[in-house]
Amino acid sequence: MTVLGGAQALWFVSRGSGLALLVAFSAVVVLGVAARLGSAPRRWTTLATGELHRTLALFCVAFLGLHVLTAVLDRYVTIGWAAVVVPFASRYRTLAIGLGALAVDSAGAVLITSLARQRLGYRAWRAVHWLAYLAWPAAFAHAVTAGTDLRIWWAALTEWGCAAAVATAIVARLLARARGPFSEPPAMPERAGRIR
Amino acid sequence: MTGDSGARLRVDPIACDGRGLCAEALPELITLDDWGFPITSGQPVPAWLLADARETARACPKLALRLEHLRSPQPARHPGSQPRSGL
Amino acid sequence: MPPAGSSGHVTALDGIRRPGTLPRLLPGSPAAGPVGLAAHLARYGPSSSALGRQRRRELIAEVGRAGLTGRGGAGFPAAGKLAAVAAGRAPAVIANGTEGEPASSKDKVLMARSPHLVLDGAVLAAELVGAREAVLVVHHRVREIMDEAAAERRHAHLDRVKVTIRTAADRFTGGEASAVVHWIEQGVPTPAAKPPRLSERGLGGRPTLVHNVETLAHLALIARYSAAWFRSVGTSAEPGSMLVTVLGAVREPCVLEIAIGTPVGQVLGLAGGPSAPLQALLLGGYSGSWVNAADAAGRPFSSAGLADLGAGTGAGLIAALPADACGIAETARVVRYLAAESAGQCGPCLFGLAAIAAELDRIAEGRITDLGLLRRWLGQVDGRGGCAHPDGAARLVRSALRVFGAELSEHAAGWCRGAGSVLPVPPGRPR
Repeated sequence: MTVLGGAQALWFVSRGSGLALLVAFSAVVVLGVAARLGSAPRRWTTLATGELHRTLALFCVAFLGLHVLTAVLDRYVTIGWAAVVVPFASRYRTLAIGLGALAVDSAGAVLITSLARQRLGYRAWRAVHWLAYLAWPAAFAHAVTAGTDLRIWWAALTEWGCAAAVATAIVARLLARARGPFSEPPAMPERAGRIR
Repeated sequence: MTGDSGARLRVDPIACDGRGLCAEALPELITLDDWGFPITSGQPVPAWLLADARETARACPKLALRLEHLRSPQPARHPGSQPRSGL
Repeated sequence: MPPAGSSGHVTALDGIRRPGTLPRLLPGSPAAGPVGLAAHLARYGPSSSALGRQRRRELIAEVGRAGLTGRGGAGFPAAGKLAAVAAGRAPAVIANGTEGEPASSKDKVLMARSPHLVLDGAVLAAELVGAREAVLVVHHRVREIMDEAAAERRHAHLDRVKVTIRTAADRFTGGEASAVVHWIEQGVPTPAAKPPRLSERGLGGRPTLVHNVETLAHLALIARYSAAWFRSVGTSAEPGSMLVTVLGAVREPCVLEIAIGTPVGQVLGLAGGPSAPLQALLLGGYSGSWVNAADAAGRPFSSAGLADLGAGTGAGLIAALPADACGIAETARVVRYLAAESAGQCGPCLFGLAAIAAELDRIAEGRITDLGLLRRWLGQVDGRGGCAHPDGAARLVRSALRVFGAELSEHAAGWCRGAGSVLPVPPGRPR
């Protein structure tokens, strides 16, 4: 293995952080979707699930920062700063980068409203949160089109694994949705005995 | 810190879905009824639990748990209770 | 004690003709059909004006002096609500004639016989708080009568305020004040979260006054005849008259207007007296309380008079349970209905009332039950819903456990005295 040169390093870090970001983001989505699953109101939601969803989302911001920074600074390809947030503004691989920008925008809106959730109120927060269902597919499509990693077997496996996890979670959620806002409560306590 | 914080936990029963995160996060103040829905005592939150109460209200997925500030802070009720360490 | 007096009208020295004694709200004659506008004005005189801020303030103060409280069951002072809403911007006024309680008929009868009095009150309330419109939400059975009365008034250009009539939702919880607002705004009769209060933010986000139609009828008469007149019947703590629905084991089930504080036995007598020996009375409504019939007979029908029996006047219901009926079975049927009528928004109400209803069914059927568990659940639903629905059901069940102790033992031994049903419960609806 040759030692990586400076320019190549940026490229590798960008790809690596991108893959890590996809994994983390997929986990965030699965945790968020799983919060509404289950036949009892409480079976799938614990404090841990909710807090993990939130904490991982903040990690995603860090990965995203690294991914975007290294991609823009890399002089081998020309992606301006604007292309990071303005979809389809990049001349280099317009579609692929544009999808990434779309993901950044929608995920950004979800993030900002979530940080200000208590001030916004539940309804407004929930309405914007739906954009997560735009952000993830855009991120995945960006990974598949912009990344060159599908040729590496373990990267491809990871990416398709993420897709499978998210798809499973969504299907399970749709099935659970059919049961209505309140489903069966937890089992009733056993009866103690006769009257009096 | 001993004494009351002048704040009280309240559940909006219409917003609440009975997910139970609050009782997990703050078992000192919140218990669940036989159907999984939170019961709050209505008593002021002790000062040493105020930060936890705030975090718990933030963690509620439906924003049904609210921390209400009472108009005048209550005098210390349990002078003997020990504060949590590491607050 | 209600004062004795001549029936019919009294012309006082100031020349104003006032109803001498009762009835005040209902027409004196038993003939069917609504009282038309001309007859209404002939009986009561012209409605009073509420022009100008000074006059409005005076009238609200007069209502305060009269001590009028809500006749929808909650009993809040009317003047307080009027003042609170009058202080707001662009207020709205809703007259609540939903009467979601299946056993109660007093609001329907009031609207069917004296629609103009209700309209007078609604219009006056709108003028008092500075609203441009009064919305009346009325039970479907009286919709046509109210529409015709409103049309009569429009023809006569009687009101400065716009009057809108809407049909109420056909649900028990639909009569709750915030549910009425929700019904008007979105066609869904479910109660809304309580802060903010309706007097601050209600219909369309505006300060909203919601009053029972009977309360508004009294309001219309207080404005005409004064607080002193209003207080001339009733007790000093609870002045005025009220409408009651008397049903069950009485010879002539009916809606009556009585002075508050009239002895319960006398009220039963006005309905023809008991048709069989009575064991218990249900007072207030399906969210009210059972009381032992012998204990209650001599008591004044007022909140103060019934308080130590654990009951109140509520929505003015008196249901008589004969000795050969089973109070437990009746309660179980009513609670099953109340559980089904939960708006389904709050877990403790939805699941708790269902559990309580199931347990009462078990008791009624003589199967093994756990009273400790039942009491635990009663404690867990009380005060934990978005409205007072579970509280009312808990109150009813607790009173049943108190009053029907003998029946509980009988059921535990495997037999029930009950034959047939007494209390009306509408058939189940698909959810």
